[in-house]
Amino acid sequence: MQAEQVEIAQFLAEHPPFDTLENEALNELAMQIEVAYFRAQTDILHLGQDISDLYIIRSGSVEISRRNGELYNRLATGGIFGQMGLLMNRKVRFPARALEDTLTYCINVNTFNEYCDKYETFADFFEVDGNVRLHQAIVEQADSNDLTTAKVKSLLHRDVVTVTTETAIQEVAFLMTQESVSSVLVTDIEKQINDDPEEDDGQVVGIITDRDIRTKVVAQGLSFDTPAKEIMTSSLVLLDSNAYVFEAVLAMLRDNLHHLPVVYKKRPIGVISLSDILRHESQSSLLLVRGILAQQSVEDLVHYARQLPNVFVRMVNEDANSHMIGTAMAVIGRTFKQRLLALAEEKFGESPIPYCFIALGSMARDEQLIVTDQDNALILDDSFDETHHDEYFQNLSDFVCDGLAKCGYTYCDGEIMASFKKWRMTRTQWKEKFASWMAEPKPQALLNSSIFFDLDGVWGRLKWADELKSFVAKESKGNKRFLANLAANARNRTPPLGFFNGFVLEHNGQHKRSMNLKRRGTAPLSDVVRVHALAVGSRKQNSFERLEDIIEANLLPKGKAQDLRDAFEYIATVRIRHQAWQIEQGEAPDNDLDPHLLSPFEQSNLKEAFAILEKAQSFLKFSYSAHSGVK
Amino acid sequence: MVKSTFDWSRRYEQLLQSVQNPLLKDFYQQAFTDQAAPLKDVPFVALDFETTGLDANTDDIVSVGLVPFNVNRIYCKDSRHWVVQPRRDLSEESIVIHGITHSEVDEAPDLNRILAPLLAALKGKVVVVHYAAIERHFFYNALLMRIKEGIEFALVDTMEIERRALKARQGLLGRLFNSKLGSLRLSDTRKRYSLPLYQNHNALTDALATAELLQAQLSYHYRLDTPVREIWL
Repeated sequence: MQAEQVEIAQFLAEHPPFDTLENEALNELAMQIEVAYFRAQTDILHLGQDISDLYIIRSGSVEISRRNGELYNRLATGGIFGQMGLLMNRKVRFPARALEDTLTYCINVNTFNEYCDKYETFADFFEVDGNVRLHQAIVEQADSNDLTTAKVKSLLHRDVVTVTTETAIQEVAFLMTQESVSSVLVTDIEKQINDDPEEDDGQVVGIITDRDIRTKVVAQGLSFDTPAKEIMTSSLVLLDSNAYVFEAVLAMLRDNLHHLPVVYKKRPIGVISLSDILRHESQSSLLLVRGILAQQSVEDLVHYARQLPNVFVRMVNEDANSHMIGTAMAVIGRTFKQRLLALAEEKFGESPIPYCFIALGSMARDEQLIVTDQDNALILDDSFDETHHDEYFQNLSDFVCDGLAKCGYTYCDGEIMASFKKWRMTRTQWKEKFASWMAEPKPQALLNSSIFFDLDGVWGRLKWADELKSFVAKESKGNKRFLANLAANARNRTPPLGFFNGFVLEHNGQHKRSMNLKRRGTAPLSDVVRVHALAVGSRKQNSFERLEDIIEANLLPKGKAQDLRDAFEYIATVRIRHQAWQIEQGEAPDNDLDPHLLSPFEQSNLKEAFAILEKAQSFLKFSYSAHSGVK
Repeated sequence: MVKSTFDWSRRYEQLLQSVQNPLLKDFYQQAFTDQAAPLKDVPFVALDFETTGLDANTDDIVSVGLVPFNVNRIYCKDSRHWVVQPRRDLSEESIVIHGITHSEVDEAPDLNRILAPLLAALKGKVVVVHYAAIERHFFYNALLMRIKEGIEFALVDTMEIERRALKARQGLLGRLFNSKLGSLRLSDTRKRYSLPLYQNHNALTDALATAELLQAQLSYHYRLDTPVREIWL
C-alpha cells in the first residue's frame, strides 16, 4: 500500500503556492517532505551557510533578518523562507531564527526545482525566471541597494566641485569643463562652518548648473566677470548625507529639481543629480511622474493613470514604508492635478485673477493610498468679482474634478471639491471661514470640516496655502475650546476592538465580516495626531512629521508619540499590503480586511496597534477639555 | 524504572544465539547496539500500531506506520504504512478510533506477508513509540502467534520521557503533596511543545507525531551528546 502523509498534504493544500497543485502532485510532495523542529529562540539558518531546502512553517513563528542584522520579516504558519538562497547561490542570504517553538517542513532543492519545472503556478510563485531572478537579486541586495535603506552618500561618486560667491562666471565655466561636471556648488566665505577653521570656504548658499550658464549668461549676454552669486540658484533644498535615497527622490519630485547639494555637518560633500537616481532605481514612481507631465490630453492622462496600481504594487513589493508610499502616491496625485490645471488653462485661457488650487485631507498629509477620493478647493484673489470671474473658475474646476474622476480619483461624497461654489472663496473669506470654525461652540458643527485642517497648495499662488496654514497654526495653539471640540470629534471613530481583546467585525456590503482599516484605524489616528499637532502650533501636515513636532514640544508623556508612530506605521502597512494583494488578485482594492487572512502573529500586532489608538483616544478626553483651566 | 541501564547490546547477543527465524536472526544481527552513541548520531524510527483492542493477549494489529528520523530531520520519503488482516475480530470501538473498516482488512495481507519489509525498515535503528507497552507486547505476541517466536528490541518511549520531565518540573514539594503531573496523552504532550494538533489518527500520522515529539523533547530536556542508553528502555 502506498503510504500517504495525510496531515502534511492537507496542510500544504491550504497554503500557497501548494494550493494550486493537483491531489496527486500534492501527495507526492508531502511524501518528499522532511520535518524539523526548532525550539523557541534558536537559530534555523545562519548567514552564509549552505542551504539545500525550502522551508515552510507548519507551526510557530520565525524571524528573518537582513545581512546587517536588521529585522526583515516575521513569518508565521504557512510562511515560506529560504527561497532566495536556493535561487541564488545556495548560501543563506537571510538568516532565520525561531521566535516560538517552530515546526518546519523542508523541501529539498531537487524536488523544489522539479516542481518549478513541472508546475507553472508553482514557479510563478517563486518567480523563477531569468529576468526576475536578476531583478530580485538587485532588489534583495537589500543592505546596500534598497531604496528605503540606501543613503544618498552611497550615490556620491566624485569629489564635490565648489566655487565662492565672488568667483567670476568665466572661471566657473572653465572649472566645470575641466572637471566635466554639470553643476558646481557656491559657498559663502562669510558664512563660516564653526568646527572647521581650516580650508573653510563657508556654507553652501547656491548652485550653478550648465543650464544657468546657458540661459542666464550666454543668452542674456552677461559679462564673463560677473560674480557667481549673480547667476546662482539660491533657493536651495539641501540634503544631509545621511538622508535616504527616497528622500532625495521625493525632494526632486516635489520641487521638480534636477540637482540636490549634499552636505555633511553643513560642509558640502557632493551633488546628487536626477540621472544618479534614475541609474539607481530604474523603474520608479519618478518615471511615472515625469510621464504624467508629458501627457497632452485628458484622454491620454486617463490612459496613463492605469499604470498607477502597478507602481503601487511594485513599491509595496520593494518594501517601501508607508510614509514613502503615501508621499509618492500624494506626489503622483498632485502631479495629475497640476497637469489637469495646465490643460484647463490652455483650454479656457489664462485666469482673469490669481488663484491657488489646494488639496485637502490625505493628499495634503502625504498619506494618500491607491483608493482615494478627491478633496480640493480654490483660494481666489480678493479682487474676485462673481459676475466676471465665476464662470471661468466653474469651468476650470469642473474640468479638473471630472478629469480626476476619470483618472480614478472618485468624486468626494461630502461635496468637498472646487467644482462646488461654496469651496471657491477669496483669501479673506477663507480666513474668516477658518476663524468661524475655530470659534464654534459645539463639536458637531466642526465634524465635517476637520478635513480642511490638512491642506496643501498644488497650483498657482502656493504661498496663499502656506498663509492659511500659518493662520490656522497660530490661531489654534492655546485655543482650548477649539482643541476640545477637535478632540471630541477625534474620539468618534473607535478602533475595532471588543471585550477580551477580540476584533469587532462589521457586515459591510459584499465584504462580510471585515474591518475598515481606514475608518477605524489610520483615519482616527491621524485625527488624534492632528489635535496634538495644532495644540503645539505645528504647521506640518503629514502625521509622521506632525509627530516629530509633537515629540519636540514634549507635549505627550514619554514614549507615547513614538507608540502612535509605530501604531500608525503598522496599520498603514497592513492596509497597504492588503490593497497590493487585492490588486495582484485582480480585485478592486478597498480598505476592508478580514483579519483571519492574517497570521496569528500579524493579528496580535494589529490588536496592539489598535489598543494604542484606543488609549490615545481616551487620553484626549482628559487632556483637552473646554472647561479645564482658564475659560 | 527511573533511569534505564538495561544492557541492550548484551541482550541482542543472547537473542542472536537462541533465535530460529531467519528474518529475526538478521534483525538482531544488524540491531543498533552502540549504547554509548550520542543522541545526535542515533538513527531513530518512529513506530505506531493500530489494534483491534487494548489487550495484547486477545487483540491483534490492524495497521503499522513508521517513519525514520534523527535529531535534525524526519524523513517522510522513507515512511511506510500497511493495513494488515488481524487474526482477531475487529471491534466496533476500535473502528471508531482508527477508521479502518472490515472491508479494508478483508483485502489486506496477513502481517506475515509484510514482516520482511517491516523488519528491514526497523533494523539498525532505535525504535521510538509513545507508550511502550502497546508496540512492545503486540509485536511480541503477533509474531509468537505466527512464527512461534516473539521479538524484543530497544525502545525509546516519548511518554516515559515526558513523565520524567514533568516529574523533574514537579519538584520535591509537588511529589510530597502528590500534585497532578499533567496528561501524558500524545496530543496533550505535543501541545506542551507547541506542536500542531493532528486530526487524523492513522498509524503513520501517529508515528510522525511521535517523531516530532521526540525531536522537541530532546531539544528541551537533553544535550545532544547524551548517550542513547540513558533514554532507551
